Amino acid sequence: MNPAMIHSTTVPSTTGKEERTPIAVAMSGGVDSSAVAAMLKAEGHVLVGLTMQLWNQRRLAGQDGMPEQVQGRCCSIDDVYDARRVAEMLEIPYYVVNHQERFERDVIRPFVDEYLAGRTPIPCSLCNNHLKFDQLLLTARQIGAERIATGHYARNEYDPARKRWILKRPADASKDQTYFLFGLTQEQLARTLFPLGGFTKPEVRELAHGYGLALANKPDSQEICFIPGGDYKRFIDAYLDEQGEAVPDTAGELVSVGGQRQGTHDGVHNFTVGQRKGLGLASPSPLYVIAIDRDSKQVTVGAEQELMRRSLRARTLNWISIAGLAGEMRAQVKIRHRHEPAWATLRPAGADEVEVCFDEPVRAVTPGQAAVFYSGDEVVGGGWIV
Amino acid sequence: MRPFLLERFGNASSIHQEGQHARSAVERARTSVSRFLGCRPAEIVFTSGGTESDNLAIFGSVRPGDHVITGAVEHHAVLHAVGRLRDRGVEVDVLPVSEQGVLAPEHVRQAMRANTRLISVMVANNETGVLQPVEAIGRIAAEAEVRYHVDAAQAAGKLKLDVDAIGCHLLTISGHKMHAPQGTGALFVRRGTRLEPLFAGGAHERQRRAGTENVAGIVGLGKAAECAMEGLSNGAPERMRALRDRLESGVLQRVTDAGVNGGSAPRVPNTTNLWFDHLEGEALVIALDLHGLAVSSGAACSSGVSEPSHVLEAMGLSNERARGSLRLSLHRHTTEVEIDQAIELVSSRVARLREVSTVMAR
Repeated sequence: MNPAMIHSTTVPSTTGKEERTPIAVAMSGGVDSSAVAAMLKAEGHVLVGLTMQLWNQRRLAGQDGMPEQVQGRCCSIDDVYDARRVAEMLEIPYYVVNHQERFERDVIRPFVDEYLAGRTPIPCSLCNNHLKFDQLLLTARQIGAERIATGHYARNEYDPARKRWILKRPADASKDQTYFLFGLTQEQLARTLFPLGGFTKPEVRELAHGYGLALANKPDSQEICFIPGGDYKRFIDAYLDEQGEAVPDTAGELVSVGGQRQGTHDGVHNFTVGQRKGLGLASPSPLYVIAIDRDSKQVTVGAEQELMRRSLRARTLNWISIAGLAGEMRAQVKIRHRHEPAWATLRPAGADEVEVCFDEPVRAVTPGQAAVFYSGDEVVGGGWIV
Repeated sequence: MRPFLLERFGNASSIHQEGQHARSAVERARTSVSRFLGCRPAEIVFTSGGTESDNLAIFGSVRPGDHVITGAVEHHAVLHAVGRLRDRGVEVDVLPVSEQGVLAPEHVRQAMRANTRLISVMVANNETGVLQPVEAIGRIAAEAEVRYHVDAAQAAGKLKLDVDAIGCHLLTISGHKMHAPQGTGALFVRRGTRLEPLFAGGAHERQRRAGTENVAGIVGLGKAAECAMEGLSNGAPERMRALRDRLESGVLQRVTDAGVNGGSAPRVPNTTNLWFDHLEGEALVIALDLHGLAVSSGAACSSGVSEPSHVLEAMGLSNERARGSLRLSLHRHTTEVEIDQAIELVSSRVARLREVSTVMAR
């Protein structure tokens, strides 16, 4: 499909008499997506509200170490209730679609497996790639909508010169979600609206007030949506227990950078590169996790300067502003969500893999996280850190 | 109903004339419902709906140590009730059904034990419309002198119900399934059938259901029973059946890789459950709703989230096919024009869904 074709038919006028194709709004029950629905409605678009039911929060509730009660989290009955109220107020058709199986297969299971493999996963990116911009877009198209709108803080626009859809940082740098969106394909970008890209969060709350949305002051969601309380270790234990699987025995040694045994640990999934707490070691100077090796079950610890790296490799790449990496390229690279992008040179390194050499060493390169490449405000592309 | 909602607020249990007026309206409704089921007025207990009737029949009959027999395609009002009983030390057999969704009377006979206290079987399935052999099972229950409850929520108004022909001690009807208001229902309780009430309170409904009567709702249920009897005697089921068959053959002529769940079994005349390969039933339901056709996949659910149908699962459908199934219901005022529109709409939406799904899957 030629993405430009969709572009040329974007955003039908508000006065068209012909039956217009609706825009599907991904509604989570939060302020941002509710404001999106209200904004698009005010602009005269035909809308359908969709909420994805992704995870049953009661499923692991009350299991060993998991909270008994879960409230106000994503996919909770409260959030669906809030989204439904907004849709009612805006007088738009609204549906809850059940994508729990897909979420478990493409987000939960990989999340657990990544930790068990000694890596640090980003479930939000997986959810964007597999659920929000794949499954939900499919559902939207099946019900007759051609595009979806979400409450992400990001901008996308078509550049006729490059004949590509470009993903850009939003106006509100503090809410920038482009790091989690690096996996979007041209087709997905062409079919997505990010109406909040030009606004700051306070402005969006203001808008929500202006549209009379009762939830304008609802707190932001912060933690991983399916882990109430944020204790991922307990989640992994509870999930595997529910599945009738034993937590694999990955207990092993804590070793120094030089390979000397420093102590023991209960399992590699308890660690993240750069972690300082919970090592159980007495040391005159602070110690950090430097590396995790699933095969030898060794967790390497050391001083903070041992965390510094000049380069990394990323694979399973997705390119956005360019079709592919032909040779060397200068870019700013972000290696975790809260990371100030650092200048680096990108070099192709085999099939679907890139080597990133930083100008200055960066702290705590973490396998399982994404490396996202920026050129100014534009997302060039990204991949998963090996 | 209207006077009891807007003008006359007498409590049917009160002594004053306003109360007496309400009482006589309730008793007239009771008579109408009893005629509809072929029983005595005193054998009718008004409830808040099919779920309460099922729960009253089951919890009111069974105690720890008892054994209960039911089927895998029963409504959740029955399955979840017996599930809770199982947690409390009741032995429960949930019998499998054929791939047409039918329970074998012989399986019921084989499942009987010395402590079998209750058999609970639906007359017609709410998702597929498939009829169970309730009379044959009734004879088995009678031979064994076991209490017998039938859930006729989906059958009422679509076929003639006679509690003696079925041989049941308890029978559930649900108001809104027969054009009465939502939140109304009744349980037939055969004379001499001792029932432990669900609610503690006043002596309403012959001490079987405490709580002030929903007078307007009960009056509506009585009227609906009269209308249903009239419809049954003037050919409404035959007309619905002809339209339902027209719908099925119309859709199946236009759509490939599709069929009728339970299509070879005897069914109530107003329900059809169609399966379509290569699509998501959930998306089809939404697409049809956006075009003004209200249908469902699986059973209606309070949260609005669709869950895989336990009925279709019990009939041995694959997960994919169960999820690609669509349930359409007619009522006695459905017209031929509406059916033809539905045929067009379903066919065109299925085609669109399949087209989009294949493109995206590439």
